[in-house]
Amino acid sequence: MVMPNAQRVIVVGGGLAGLAATVRIAEQGLPVDLFSMVPVKRSHSVCAQGGINACNEVARQQGYSEYQHFDETIYGGDYLADQGPVLEMANWAPRVIDLLDRMGVPFNRTSEGRRDLRLFGGSLFKRTHFSGATTGQQLLYALDEQTRRYEAQGEVTKYESWEFLAPIMAGEGDDRRCVGIVAQDMRTMQIRSFRADAVIMATGGCGLVYGKSTNSVICTGGAASRCYQAGAWYANGEMIQVHPTAIPGADKCRLMSESARGEGGRVWVPRKQGDDRKPSDIPEGERWYFLEEKYPKYGNLVPRDIATREIFDVCVNQHMGVDGENQVYLDLTHMDPEYLTRKLGGILEIYEKFVGDDPRFTPMRIFPTVHYSMGGLWTQHTPGSYRPDTQHGDHQPGWQAPIGTEPGMGMQVGAPNNMMTNIKGLYAFGEVNFAYHGATRLGANALLSCIFDGLFCGQGVARYVKEHEPAEKPSTAMEASLFDSAASAEQTKADNLLATVGKGKESPETNPYVIGRELGEEMTAACTVVKTGERLGTCTSKLAELRERFERVRLGDAATWTNQSLSYTRSVGDMILLAQVIAKGSLERQESRGSHYRLDFPDRDDSRFLKTTIVEYHQGDADEHRLSWGDVDTSLVKPRPRTYGKVDAKADTKPDKEAEPASTT
Amino acid sequence: MTTQASSAPVVKAAKTRTIRVRIKRCDGPAKAQRWETFKVPVGAGANVISVLQTIGANPVTVDGTPTTPVVWDSGCLEEVCGACTMVINGKTRQSCSCLMDVFCPNEGDEITLEPMSKFPIIRDLWVDRSRLFDSLKRVKAWVPIDGTYDLGAGPTEGPKQSELRYTLSTCMSCGCCLEACPQFNLETDEREWDTAFIGAHAISQARLFNDHGTGKQLKGDRLDALMGEGGVSDCGNAQNCVKVCPKEIPLTESIAAMGRATTFHAIARWFQSND
Ligand SMILES: Cc1cc2nc3c(=O)[nH]c(=O)nc-3n(C[C@H](O)[C@H](O)[C@H](O)COP(=O)(O)OP(=O)(O)OC[C@H]3O[C@@H](n4cnc5c(N)ncnc54)[C@H](O)[C@@H]3O)c2cc1C
Ligand code: SF4
Ligand code: SF4
Ligand code: FES
Repeated sequence: MVMPNAQRVIVVGGGLAGLAATVRIAEQGLPVDLFSMVPVKRSHSVCAQGGINACNEVARQQGYSEYQHFDETIYGGDYLADQGPVLEMANWAPRVIDLLDRMGVPFNRTSEGRRDLRLFGGSLFKRTHFSGATTGQQLLYALDEQTRRYEAQGEVTKYESWEFLAPIMAGEGDDRRCVGIVAQDMRTMQIRSFRADAVIMATGGCGLVYGKSTNSVICTGGAASRCYQAGAWYANGEMIQVHPTAIPGADKCRLMSESARGEGGRVWVPRKQGDDRKPSDIPEGERWYFLEEKYPKYGNLVPRDIATREIFDVCVNQHMGVDGENQVYLDLTHMDPEYLTRKLGGILEIYEKFVGDDPRFTPMRIFPTVHYSMGGLWTQHTPGSYRPDTQHGDHQPGWQAPIGTEPGMGMQVGAPNNMMTNIKGLYAFGEVNFAYHGATRLGANALLSCIFDGLFCGQGVARYVKEHEPAEKPSTAMEASLFDSAASAEQTKADNLLATVGKGKESPETNPYVIGRELGEEMTAACTVVKTGERLGTCTSKLAELRERFERVRLGDAATWTNQSLSYTRSVGDMILLAQVIAKGSLERQESRGSHYRLDFPDRDDSRFLKTTIVEYHQGDADEHRLSWGDVDTSLVKPRPRTYGKVDAKADTKPDKEAEPASTT
Repeated sequence: MTTQASSAPVVKAAKTRTIRVRIKRCDGPAKAQRWETFKVPVGAGANVISVLQTIGANPVTVDGTPTTPVVWDSGCLEEVCGACTMVINGKTRQSCSCLMDVFCPNEGDEITLEPMSKFPIIRDLWVDRSRLFDSLKRVKAWVPIDGTYDLGAGPTEGPKQSELRYTLSTCMSCGCCLEACPQFNLETDEREWDTAFIGAHAISQARLFNDHGTGKQLKGDRLDALMGEGGVSDCGNAQNCVKVCPKEIPLTESIAAMGRATTFHAIARWFQSND
């Protein structure tokens, strides 16, 4: 058993990032307390479908490399990601896959028993490993099983159905650091504090800010918002990925994975506006495969922001959507049904289950929806010693990895500040940080970044705890009053919310569910595919209105046992703040880059905006969400136009020099 | 998904209509259950989740009595996390994939929602399924790797084998198979979990790990667990489990395979102890 004075680490969130961190840290002999709102096996990572990227031997022999994976990620993200961490991630990717393989993930296999690969957006090489069409589920389960192993040994303690409410900080100025959390048991409603020598936030994305998205119901971003309100910086919030292919639904929009296109799916609409024939009756020549036409090289596999804008343009601006509605066909019917079942069974079932048509025989109807947050809690890292700018000149994609790109050269192995927020001892891993995906995430790179964070940066957390401040003064040696007052502050907030039950008149104005819905609708309208300064201005006022209404929010359930309304309502308040951060970044970034497209500033403007937006909370100030611009490390790959070989791209842009597979088999 | 004329629910854009939703509610452990009925307007594409959300925004029963929002468990909303399992019209299943266009296509149609009965109730439709995860510890449902550092790839395996393991590995610990099993009973006392019938879910997981190149290192431990009290021999072979599994996991095959393996294991152990 654990000694009462022993050091401990808290991990908040049991998705891929949280579980990878838990296992890595427990393995170092540090006990971990793992918090999650849901049993970790049900975390949102379970939804991931398509796969996980890594350089592999087949691709390598066609001219691919870890370095090219890195290059694609940077180019895909429109140069907004700091390059060190991304290089490190790409370098480690093949080893992450090997580890998952050892854990027993049933990756799809070739007839020789090797791991099968598929094509994914933003690459011309097959470099995506997958497990049917439920890759995230399989990876999550593997890490869940390893976590359970440590749990059975008493090294991990799970707090499932506990909600993180706030980080606890000790000290002032440079000494200020995170030493624990306040959390609430979602069943008994008990609020209490927990001590820790380091706290890792691995709480995932914030899709629910948009109401309907592809995310799970717990992805409110509430936890990130609470850290932001406690002083952690939030970066690139405006970078929200809208996935091109989802199935609109009453409760959520279900994703149709990019792997459908990776395996050969084609996007089209009838060439004739309002053509109401059955899709199978429309001859090939009368179908408009607009992505293939505009992007002959990448075709249906252009990155998501591009595919999304093209679909949006076809439907919303040109009114060419199927049946005059906002929908296009995603067509797999030209392919062998058996093959499709084997490769894509899981997602085709989702479509069939929720829409009623079998996509193997009827083209799917899809439309873009909010999917992923590239932005998140701002984090730091220690750069490795690799200096390509002086040693290797301009790298060209497709070149062999320069000497010196071996692991440890992009981000220093085991550095205690890797993926630490601006608050000492408070880390952010996985989707909740801003570090790897710049202005657009490439498909199948998120699972990688989550697991990489957990493993690679988890190492640094262990170092921090064992060798830095916490070693001199562990949290267990601190005054109890510090922890008690943090818990009672949260108790007061909860009590205040509970006290609103039955106060005043029932009205939509103050109904938390109505406020939440209006928030989602407003954010979807103003802060997604196409943004304008004017619309963002309206959005800012609407958010202020919602915030004011939230001050008067009226809870519908006074229960002191398992009160889900309390939890939801609290998160609505936190989501409004996060929405303000997203809107602020969207407004101030007067350019278009990756997923952030401003109709009034349609071009990328590196001279002014090759910068990270960093927002800091100053409660009550006139400028409450204070925004500043951070430098971006572009030392390895120099920015080039991001056209993906579009045929009508402006003539003045230099053609991309992108490596292609040596053989096209 | 077999043929074009598959048995998939035919979902056609249904008209907006008002349905009746009967919900078995309960304020907490050891509290009495009660029924409440709601009238809910639904449109095309609605599912149990959107119905519960609608009720939550304005919780008033059919006779006009204000009540509290219904408590239930959910996550992915696409039938892959297993959270939202409940008993719907008497059958256990996931509520997120339960479409109103199929279950309540007409004005005035009724649907009933109840919590699973084999797990302790937390509140309303939310039950505590910790026992399900605990049983995964009982059968050591993991691969005993030598830590997370880079030690190369795992064992290679053929596509057939990986497809079988994939199928077993899609189990989302939802508990439908346990709810339907006549041998699996509600057990609120945690101390009894190790000897009460473990159920099809964990038996099938034991098979998954026994079938893996490295996982088989713990085969003996798993079989020991399955040979003990509440192990595989408690299965009455009613086959209810396999009929309700949403992931179509071949549970009775798994039970038979583990049954055979425990027999061999018992014989081998007998010989060893008589060496
Ligand atoms: C439908 C879908 C398909 C996807 N497919 C792919 C794919 O094919 N490839 C790819 O690379 N990426 C994919 N992604 C993206 C990827 O799945 C996510 O980015 C990734 O899983 C996030 O993992 P995470 O560990 O950061 O967080 P999550 O898995 O979201 O986990 C968050 C954890 O935090 C906990 N938590 C949250 N708030 C609190 C709180 N307040 N208190 C306590 N605990 C809390 C939750 O309980 C949960 O355990 C997909 C995403 C979606 C939505
Ligand atoms: S076959 Fe066994 S496990 Fe399945 S329902 Fe019957 S008794 Fe239960
Ligand atoms: S075996 Fe099937 S029914 Fe049983 S828990 Fe797993 S997925 Fe659910
Ligand atoms: S919510 Fe995940 S299975 Fe229904």
